[in-house]
Amino acid sequence: MLLFVEQFLNGLQFGLLLFLLAAGLTLVFGIMDLVNLAHGSLYMLGAYFAATFTTLTGHFIGGVVLALMATLVVGMAVEVIAMRRLYGRDHLDHVLGTFGLILFFNELVRLVWGPAGMNLTLPAWLNTSVELLPGVHYSMYRLSIIIVALAVAAVLYLVVMRTRIGMLVRAGASNREMIGALGINIKLLFTFVFGAGAALAGLAGLMQAAILTAQIGMGENILILAFVVIIIGGIGSIRGAFIASIFVGLVDTVGRAFLPDILKLFLSSSAAATAAPAISSMLIYLVMAVVLIVRPEGLFPAASK
Amino acid sequence: MKRTLLATSAILALAMSPAMAQNKTVKIGFVSTFSGPTAVIGNDMRNSFELALDHIGRKMGGLPVEVIYEDDGQKPDVGKQKTEKLIQSDKVDFVVGYIWSNVLLASLKPVIDSQTFLISANAGPHQIAGELCSPYFFSTSWQNDQTPQAVGEYMNQKGVKTVYLLGPNYAAGKDMLEGVQATYKGKVVGHDLTKWPDQLDFSAELSKVRAAKPDALFVFYPGAAGVQFLNQYVQSGLKGQVPLYTAFTIDSLSLPRQGDNALGIPGAQHWVNDLPNEANKKFVADFKAKHKAYPSFYGAQSYDAVGLINSAVVAVKGDLSKKDAMRDEMRKANYQSVRGPYKYGNNHFPIQNFYLQDVVKDADGTLTLKTVATIVKDSQDQHAKKCPMKW
Amino acid sequence: MTQALTLRNLVAFGTLAVLALVPLYSHATGNFFMMTLFTRIVILAMAAVSLNLIMGFGGMVSFGHAAYLGIGGYVVGILAHEGVGSGFVQWPLALVVSALFALVIGALSLRTRGVYFIMITLAFAQMIYYVGVSLDRYGADDGLTIYKRSDFAGLLNLSNRTVFYYVCVALLFATIYLVWRLVNSRFGMVIQGARSNERRMRAIGVPTYRYRLTCFVIAGTICGLAGVLLANQADFVSPAMMHWTRSGDLIVMAVLGGMGSVIGPVIGAVALLVLEEALSGITEYWQIILGPMLLGIVLYARGGIEGLLQGGRHD
Repeated sequence: MLLFVEQFLNGLQFGLLLFLLAAGLTLVFGIMDLVNLAHGSLYMLGAYFAATFTTLTGHFIGGVVLALMATLVVGMAVEVIAMRRLYGRDHLDHVLGTFGLILFFNELVRLVWGPAGMNLTLPAWLNTSVELLPGVHYSMYRLSIIIVALAVAAVLYLVVMRTRIGMLVRAGASNREMIGALGINIKLLFTFVFGAGAALAGLAGLMQAAILTAQIGMGENILILAFVVIIIGGIGSIRGAFIASIFVGLVDTVGRAFLPDILKLFLSSSAAATAAPAISSMLIYLVMAVVLIVRPEGLFPAASK
Repeated sequence: MKRTLLATSAILALAMSPAMAQNKTVKIGFVSTFSGPTAVIGNDMRNSFELALDHIGRKMGGLPVEVIYEDDGQKPDVGKQKTEKLIQSDKVDFVVGYIWSNVLLASLKPVIDSQTFLISANAGPHQIAGELCSPYFFSTSWQNDQTPQAVGEYMNQKGVKTVYLLGPNYAAGKDMLEGVQATYKGKVVGHDLTKWPDQLDFSAELSKVRAAKPDALFVFYPGAAGVQFLNQYVQSGLKGQVPLYTAFTIDSLSLPRQGDNALGIPGAQHWVNDLPNEANKKFVADFKAKHKAYPSFYGAQSYDAVGLINSAVVAVKGDLSKKDAMRDEMRKANYQSVRGPYKYGNNHFPIQNFYLQDVVKDADGTLTLKTVATIVKDSQDQHAKKCPMKW
Repeated sequence: MTQALTLRNLVAFGTLAVLALVPLYSHATGNFFMMTLFTRIVILAMAAVSLNLIMGFGGMVSFGHAAYLGIGGYVVGILAHEGVGSGFVQWPLALVVSALFALVIGALSLRTRGVYFIMITLAFAQMIYYVGVSLDRYGADDGLTIYKRSDFAGLLNLSNRTVFYYVCVALLFATIYLVWRLVNSRFGMVIQGARSNERRMRAIGVPTYRYRLTCFVIAGTICGLAGVLLANQADFVSPAMMHWTRSGDLIVMAVLGGMGSVIGPVIGAVALLVLEEALSGITEYWQIILGPMLLGIVLYARGGIEGLLQGGRHD
């Protein structure tokens, strides 16, 4: 039972991390109709910036803030230089163009930071464990990820639902042409949205980096999961992304944890030991395939096309 | 237009690289990973190989040595293609390297078919130790099972009654967990294989370990995964609760990034950088002076590869067509290995000692590995009997 | 289609001619590595042509096409491992299995459109990849070495490099011909029509789903055959053949060469693989050049190499 609670928290934490990544992705896709494979590269840059700045300043929070700002700037620069030219084109063009950007960023990071990857060391107050319930120990750091991500989700909700900018964002997600017709400065809005998405990705990257360390190519694997999340949740919908990412996080973590034992009920021990990792990897894709077949628009689609 | 010209000139450029005639040099092809996150291993191997060549004056048996380095990108089919290029286009006399078992298995056939010697400076899959053993293959490293077998022995010595096994779900990972079970006498209360190389978040598995309350946890997570695992092991609070035993998870490359997390965690190894023989002292000292860091076991194995090849070339006085004579010499392991003297088994894998390495701080406060004890002497891998070679 | 002596046609047919003549060059200079490299190029060109059938002409961008390379390859590998070495059994079985997979995947995926189609094909390919990784008996992640190439009982000796090369070239030419005939037939008209405006096609009573599914199955089967050849060429199969980045490579080849024609992907395959080989000899950081190049092609040279040769005209 206690194990289940711990696994549940792990799944929640992973899901919230996915949400940070997926939120930016779904916004960009929903509003600018842009498939951005290089979103994972921004995730990676956030991690590397954080590792560098925390070492340079010797201060964890300060380094993190600097890293977020740096990622925001890079995101906006990428939007102005490259993404603008891709708007309105075929999705295939987006896939190919941003695929090229992935290659570029991976090599750029290797040139600047070297091939070995970087550590993000946590300050002592984060590097401990906390006893939430009797017998349930949980890493303080992971707990803080959950808290921060929930806070960000709350802020995002407030901004999108209760401010003017949020209104424009929502309107843009359901009908792009209309906001252009209303005389809003589209270019600025797009740059802002892309930058915000980049900062969210960077936040996810740096939070993950403390657990996993910053690595070249770290964005690609999690990017596929982020796409799965936004497909399941519905493109352009932040609410959909939130629910889908928690769901995906739980399925993935709890599946990985309990599947071997469940399989052992039906199969021999060694067969279960090898089938389990394969099936748990496939689980998420199976879910996405089912959703796509049953409800192709996703669970909470934003667009009223 | 421009693009066509570029493509055409590229084709022409390739076409004009002449098929190498048999020169008066010893040509060695080195296949390893020089791109991506594991490039750090390939670079360590290259640095060590180069240092070894410098130590012998870059000549073997009077002939100058030429090395061609190729990058396998950690992909089996790329490694195979590069290997074929080295054999067919560059016409090398020896092929050395191979970090990953799957890359080695893919590249083996073309080398053996062309009757070229392949020296593995790391990968040791059980197939090549057993059914696929070949007279043209030599290892200067170990067979995948050997090291975890030593850890299993050590756990017996420490009276560990129950153990949880954790490793990555690919051939070497499975070999490692099997290897422990070959010698360990206690009870295995958990056995998990994690997705490789994608899964780097071990929270689910660590929670299971905590729930199972074993006497010890054994893991195999090479390269960067070792850094990630150790971080999470400490963060989850398990460090004080369940002692950790490792194979290839803590090495000179990952240690700087694992930092204090690795203090006090034992691992088994056939070579540690403080082994007291002369060859090793020279290797480690010169390496540290040149590269400001300790070499890893990957480097030590590459360094030894030079010694092994050199012994063969010297024995035939530079006449590389005398393959049988070269093989006979290599079988004697007649060179100063940095791990100390060792013998070859019938499958051309070393029969060697395994030591317990621990993580300590040295005189300058840098973290380093230290030999604490010899776990097992003259250990041979269990697949040698499946190899039909007899000599 | 008039065969004008345009630059584009010269390059297209010139490429085919070069491919046919590589063995002569190898035998003359003794450089057999060229033949090994080009065998791989020919096989991947075949896979790229099959992808372009559904992608360029059909508008179905499949990010999971490399899965069929793996399926075809693994059928050969598994049969060889279990002692069935005869090509007469391996090859037809590989084609049937590829077709079946394509049928199931296509039937499910073609209910979606656009980026959803891309994602669901990616998902299926990943699932097949993970199954491959878990096939312990057949090497799993290590891959499976194939000790003897497919045996055709004296009719064809595939172990002979030159014979094997010409078998691949012959199959590539056959594929090009088949795809060309398909595209220029009524079937092809429906496929291309469905790409530009499906609603209209359905309005005139054409059962587009059925046509697209058939097209998808044909493309998958041809790619399965390419997989069979790849397994024989490499004497090796591994899950890496099916990874989604490999599907990406195939897409790049088709786009680079030009999606608008049947031969375009062949030019793209030659260009990409030769470029990779040449660039990686120059610098370890070659992807930093390749990346922006790709973006540049997407932005400015939409028709790929062919488009450039034709003076930038594209559909």
